[in-house]
Amino acid sequence: MIEFSLWDILRNLLLATRWTVLLSLVAFIGGGLVGTLLLFMRIGKRRALRLFARYYVELFQGTPLLMQLFLAFFGLGLFGIDVPAWLAAAVALILWTAAFLAEIWRGCVEAIARGQWEASSSLGMGYVQQMRYVILPQALRIAIPPTVGFSVQVIKATALTSIIGFVELSKAGTMVTNATFQPFTVYGLVALIYFALCWPLSKSSQILERKLNVAHRNH
Amino acid sequence: MKYVFDFAWLGQYWPVLLKGIGITIELIAVGAVLGVALGIFCAWARALGPGWLRPAITAYVELIRNTPFLIQLFFIFFGLPSLGLQMSELQAANLAMIVNLGAYSCEIIRAGIQATPRGQFEAGASLAMSPIQTFRYVILVPSLQRIWPALSSQIVIVMLGSAVVSQIAAEDLTFAANFIQSRTFRAFEAYFVSTAIYLLLAIALRQVLAAAGLLIFPRRMRR
Amino acid sequence: MSLIEITEVRKSFGANEVLKGINLDVEPGEVIAIIGKSGSGKSTLLRCINGLENIDSGSISVAGAQLQPDEIHLKALRLKVGMIFQQFNLFPHLTAGGNVMLSQMVVKKTAKPEAEAMAHKMLERVGLAHKFDAYPDELSGGQQQRVAIARALAMQPIALLCDEITSALDPELVSEVLAVVRELAAEGMTLLMVTHEMKFARDVCSRVVFMHQGRAHEIGPPDAVFSNPKTPELKQFLGML
Repeated sequence: MIEFSLWDILRNLLLATRWTVLLSLVAFIGGGLVGTLLLFMRIGKRRALRLFARYYVELFQGTPLLMQLFLAFFGLGLFGIDVPAWLAAAVALILWTAAFLAEIWRGCVEAIARGQWEASSSLGMGYVQQMRYVILPQALRIAIPPTVGFSVQVIKATALTSIIGFVELSKAGTMVTNATFQPFTVYGLVALIYFALCWPLSKSSQILERKLNVAHRNH
Repeated sequence: MKYVFDFAWLGQYWPVLLKGIGITIELIAVGAVLGVALGIFCAWARALGPGWLRPAITAYVELIRNTPFLIQLFFIFFGLPSLGLQMSELQAANLAMIVNLGAYSCEIIRAGIQATPRGQFEAGASLAMSPIQTFRYVILVPSLQRIWPALSSQIVIVMLGSAVVSQIAAEDLTFAANFIQSRTFRAFEAYFVSTAIYLLLAIALRQVLAAAGLLIFPRRMRR
Repeated sequence: MSLIEITEVRKSFGANEVLKGINLDVEPGEVIAIIGKSGSGKSTLLRCINGLENIDSGSISVAGAQLQPDEIHLKALRLKVGMIFQQFNLFPHLTAGGNVMLSQMVVKKTAKPEAEAMAHKMLERVGLAHKFDAYPDELSGGQQQRVAIARALAMQPIALLCDEITSALDPELVSEVLAVVRELAAEGMTLLMVTHEMKFARDVCSRVVFMHQGRAHEIGPPDAVFSNPKTPELKQFLGML
């Protein structure tokens, strides 16, 4: 049997971490774009689009991400495409992230809108103008802390893609464990690497939120 | 697309699904009750407890909230036995869910405690209650009521997250779906059906938690 | 020996010394009004007597129970003095009756039927027996404050501390609360109250303490304090009213 040093284990895990980071970025950026689209449907004037966005969010927030990954993996296969794991993983994560971001952002828009709506209506602005010049700029500001906070959920969510065979940090953890028979050490290290990725984001989200609250109190 | 959907396997395999549903419900029932209990203890310790306990609780909460549930599960099921802690799949799944929900609910409940007007603590103290008695009888219930919606959402999230316990062969609903697809080769249908069941479970769980809220907190609170 | 003995009590918040050596002895059955500008330390003094604030030096004792910052001493002290707050501080998840019963059952381990009987009796005393099952948010401010008084009385304290108990009330609700306090005074309850109700202080109190910049600046019977103030600060304070 080959002996694995701690460094061997760590190096393999860190190499796989690249894919966790990359997938997180893809999911977050893609999810942000789709989420923006959903947000505008959700707060827009068209009833059909509003309902669509609402049910979309309910569906993705009301079912396990793991199931969404399976359905993307096997569902895309129905079209006769041989789906690589990374594609199914990216598609599912983007759609899932979009649902959550749209819902977070809707909360921010509504929090601003409640107070500002009448003020800006009374200034004779139309819906689009109000959104463009009054609501969205303010909503954007209060949306930053929870959005940064949600990026932590996205990173953690990428761990599930290991189950459909995408080789990222978690999958590497399982593979290294199978080779070394040191689950305690390996999964401990995997957890620490995730922690190192997530904790700074969690902290910045908290700090941003505190700053925002202070700024708000001074108004 | 020439694919023909086939749900005929349901006739043969519905008991498998049913058993999986039962395990998933059992997991979330145990996880929710014990996880929230752990969360209450940790929230008390972090907000009001002795100074030496707070850093330990903070470390636990931060560690859990910043690592994936899947890894927590693997660490408990595969990692802990090397310390001599052997567990069955279901025990490990239960423990992982309790530990996970404990950390999240700690933060949610703590926010509820911190929103308590200071006068409530002082009123309890002035009536000669000890700090623990004041927490137990005066602070806790209104604090939980304040954050019940957020806590309910978190419990639903943990229930949906429990799908991954199938990865350590705990025989939950996802395990049932995996089993069925391996037998019938009807992967999409198997996951489609189980996804629909999860959706119904999530909706039902929200209702149950709302009802529980009405039961525990019979009064609407204005302050 | 006096019932309440306050000796050379000092208290600072950071660099700000709020109490600069307070001396006050209260005899059983006395009704004491503490008056003064906001920031003069009058609420802090009251809160110290109940152990809600720690004192930096000096001593406070109530019927032999010394103020010490540990749980056992605090409990003994608080069983002897009840406190009523400006903001009522009723427990929102309990009915009026539940509010009055809770600490009897939790602290004194009184059995539920006895606690309930006591709650009925005390609510009766403040004229709210019919509101036993009402929740705080169903009661007016005046009623809430009367429940708070009943809650404190149910612990059978030998003295009551009242911290601006009518300040948060609408003007028309003040008199119903003061009527309850007046009755307690007539029954011989020892009362220390921080108040802005000068007429009430004059009518009901046995002594008035004027606090100024952390000191008990002038102490005397109400007639002397209100009609014949000795210090310019008290004159100015009374003139401001």
